[in-house]
Amino acid sequence: MVSPILELTDINKSFGHVQANKNINLKINKGTIHGIIGENGAGKSTLMSIVFGLYQANSGSIKINGKEINLRSPRDSIINGIGMVHQHFMLVENFTVLENIILGFEGETVFGEKLQKAKEDLEKLCQTYNFNIDLDATISDLSVGFRQRVEILKSLYRGAEILILDEPTGVLTPQEVDELFKILRSLKDEGKTIVLITHKLIEIMDLTSEVSVMRQGEMVGHTKTEDTSKEQLAEMMVGRSVLLRVDKKEIKKGETIFKVNNLSVKDDLDVTRVKDVNLEICSGEILGIAGVTGNGQTELLEALSGIRKVESGSIELFGEKISDQNNFLNPRMLKEKGLAHVPEDRQRMGLISDFKAHENLIFGYHDQEPYSKSAILNNKEITEYSNKVMQEYDVRPNSPNLITSNFSGGNQQKIILSRELNENPKVLLVGQPTRGVDIGAIEFIHQRLIDMRDKGAAILLASVELDEILSLSDRIIVMFDGKIVGEKENKNVTDRELGLLMAGVA
Amino acid sequence: MSNIVVDKSKVPWWVSNVIVPLVNLTLALLVSGLFVFIAGENPIEAVKLIIYGSFGYIQGFAYTLYYTTNFIFTGLAFAVAFHCRLFNIGGEGQAYIGGLGVFLVAINLSFLPVPIVWLLAIFGAFLFGAAWAYIPAYLQSKRGSHVVITTIMFNFIASSLMIFLLVDVIRDTNQMAPHTVKLPEEIWLPSFEAFSGILGIKIRYSPLNLTFLLAIASLFFVWFLVWKTKWGYEMRAVGHNTQAAIYAGISPHKNIIIAMCISGGLAGLLGVNEILGVSHKIQAGFPAGYGFTGIAVALMGRNHPIGILPAAFLFGILYQGGSEVTFEMPNITRYMFVAVQGLIILFSGALENLFRPQIESFFVRRLNREVNV
Repeated sequence: MVSPILELTDINKSFGHVQANKNINLKINKGTIHGIIGENGAGKSTLMSIVFGLYQANSGSIKINGKEINLRSPRDSIINGIGMVHQHFMLVENFTVLENIILGFEGETVFGEKLQKAKEDLEKLCQTYNFNIDLDATISDLSVGFRQRVEILKSLYRGAEILILDEPTGVLTPQEVDELFKILRSLKDEGKTIVLITHKLIEIMDLTSEVSVMRQGEMVGHTKTEDTSKEQLAEMMVGRSVLLRVDKKEIKKGETIFKVNNLSVKDDLDVTRVKDVNLEICSGEILGIAGVTGNGQTELLEALSGIRKVESGSIELFGEKISDQNNFLNPRMLKEKGLAHVPEDRQRMGLISDFKAHENLIFGYHDQEPYSKSAILNNKEITEYSNKVMQEYDVRPNSPNLITSNFSGGNQQKIILSRELNENPKVLLVGQPTRGVDIGAIEFIHQRLIDMRDKGAAILLASVELDEILSLSDRIIVMFDGKIVGEKENKNVTDRELGLLMAGVA
Repeated sequence: MSNIVVDKSKVPWWVSNVIVPLVNLTLALLVSGLFVFIAGENPIEAVKLIIYGSFGYIQGFAYTLYYTTNFIFTGLAFAVAFHCRLFNIGGEGQAYIGGLGVFLVAINLSFLPVPIVWLLAIFGAFLFGAAWAYIPAYLQSKRGSHVVITTIMFNFIASSLMIFLLVDVIRDTNQMAPHTVKLPEEIWLPSFEAFSGILGIKIRYSPLNLTFLLAIASLFFVWFLVWKTKWGYEMRAVGHNTQAAIYAGISPHKNIIIAMCISGGLAGLLGVNEILGVSHKIQAGFPAGYGFTGIAVALMGRNHPIGILPAAFLFGILYQGGSEVTFEMPNITRYMFVAVQGLIILFSGALENLFRPQIESFFVRRLNREVNV
């Protein structure tokens, strides 16, 4: 029997007292696309970082083509034919594609003939795999999809036989995802081995031939993709069955309570990021904003929630003008008027990681009764309230005095959500509610948002996860380059349609 | 580089807040002992002298507490600003200007009932110190000029301004030296020997006075302000994460100014001790470095009043015990003790995390074993 191209035996890795990988065994066969799937924090990235030589395992062995090897650094891995494309690209923005690829590998290739040779080799590679990249383009001019290709090309140029991709589709439009998958398939056809780390089940079903599932640092199953289903994989990931589609009642639309007229907003660098946006939200309705990250959604939400100044246009809440270019209500005043905001980036904005959980649970409401009275915080009330909502939202561990950074991403998100939903807001602005959150918590968060809608709140949901938009929204608008480029009722709309709009081509 | 990763949530509070500082302090003192030894004196004898000088007799102990008073004010001043992540290096200048506030209030309003003069003078000290901190705070919040730079510059400006005032405007014209006239004796703050006189104990002069109680009250005030009020909550929110503060509708501008003004006000209270309590006049350069040492006190006390009290006391012991040593040991100069202070700052500030991971993981393992057994 041919030995697998990559074989891991009894890999253990712990950080302090957290065991990220427990007795992991994994065999990856040559010429396959092998998926590794698991919730956030299941240990997928740690395992692959060990294979790529970024971390050293505490025990266990790694064999390549049946030969045991010792990987002390990424350099060792590259020599052994392992390449990795990280979630965050490692490219020098103001270098060209060619310069980025030979960087760190230049030897004598920087000048003259050898450089020409390198270029020719790369062009050949590009043709073989249909990369369609201009080697002289500057990275900063390339879209995210192309940057990713540069990363893949870089690994191939360095002789990678095994290519590890860590959550490669997180930042791509659906069209870019299609292109990427085409490339990956042609790589496979040429005999390369691909390891795909993801938490998206659809990708696994689409692309892989074999899949391994991780849960809480352990390998809980290996199977051929054709022998399994999405539901079965999801169950293995979380250890229980989950709903993949959200059940929601027929919409009971009320009157328009939130209105945005011809809104334009600039970012910190004085670039106009939101251009002449009009939208209306009714009570009892979820309006989804689809779009690739960086097309103005962030600035739009910030302007609507009173964090960012309005450049022109106006915002109305219950028919009353709350913001225009001359005046705007600050976030606290808006809260009093019944507008709550779950920000996109919980670490940067939604909470203070060094605060205790109970301090974050009143954040933004800290000067309201009963949490404080004539400027003095009422610890008894705050603790009682914290205990109550942490139980209600199943925040684990249920300890209000724990520092917030010790909670997992999903539980931090629950802390924010419980705080913002607790006052029963009339208008709720939500950005990326499930980013970096595991499946169990996603289900919970989605259900809460649906409950709010059924109670009559007007909800604006911005998310880069198309699935999330499609399963929650009643109506969908698509943002591209700061403008609204399409609006659809969420009936019979396909992700392909939305994808074209998101890419700005429709 | 150490690779020990400790699960912070499992570390008992007393390990990180008591054991680690004590280990760092011990190390600083051991190295200091080495210096004393190199200087040709017996380190054990030096320690005995320090302890005798600061605790051994009642007057010495009173001096220790007098120094402690000053360090509490300047330590608290640094700590309050630090909770808003502002490095107020300007305690020295704020204390200097605070002294001007005490003096102007006391000399101009001395006709009022004495306790009212005291209260107003304390208020004056706070107000002047706060006003001196307001300018760097404003520049930071509106113009983005870094407070570290501006407060350092304001120390120099304060010093020049006070010299100008002491030479040309408020100098006691009967004297050559640059200091003011003395305040009328009836408004001086009661000294420690006056109290012990009432109790029938006769002791020699010491600078310890009623301001000590004000310092203790300030410890409570800061604790309450920072952890129990919404203002403290907002200051800490701005300090930890400005973006998040804006999201929650908390104004960074307002809180930077509030934190700096309270910080400057606390530094200004040093003037109450020095002018209303001890010298009863403004002398050139009276803050004498307390403002700077306060930074070390705050760092050692981990910016918490409960830590600042023992840290201020420790520096009080070093000041008082140190002067005893320099009397008795000719090879040890006053500057040796500046070096000792430096070592304490080095070990408990700059090298704070040198042994922390090892110590914390040791205790975590220890405690886990106990639980498992």
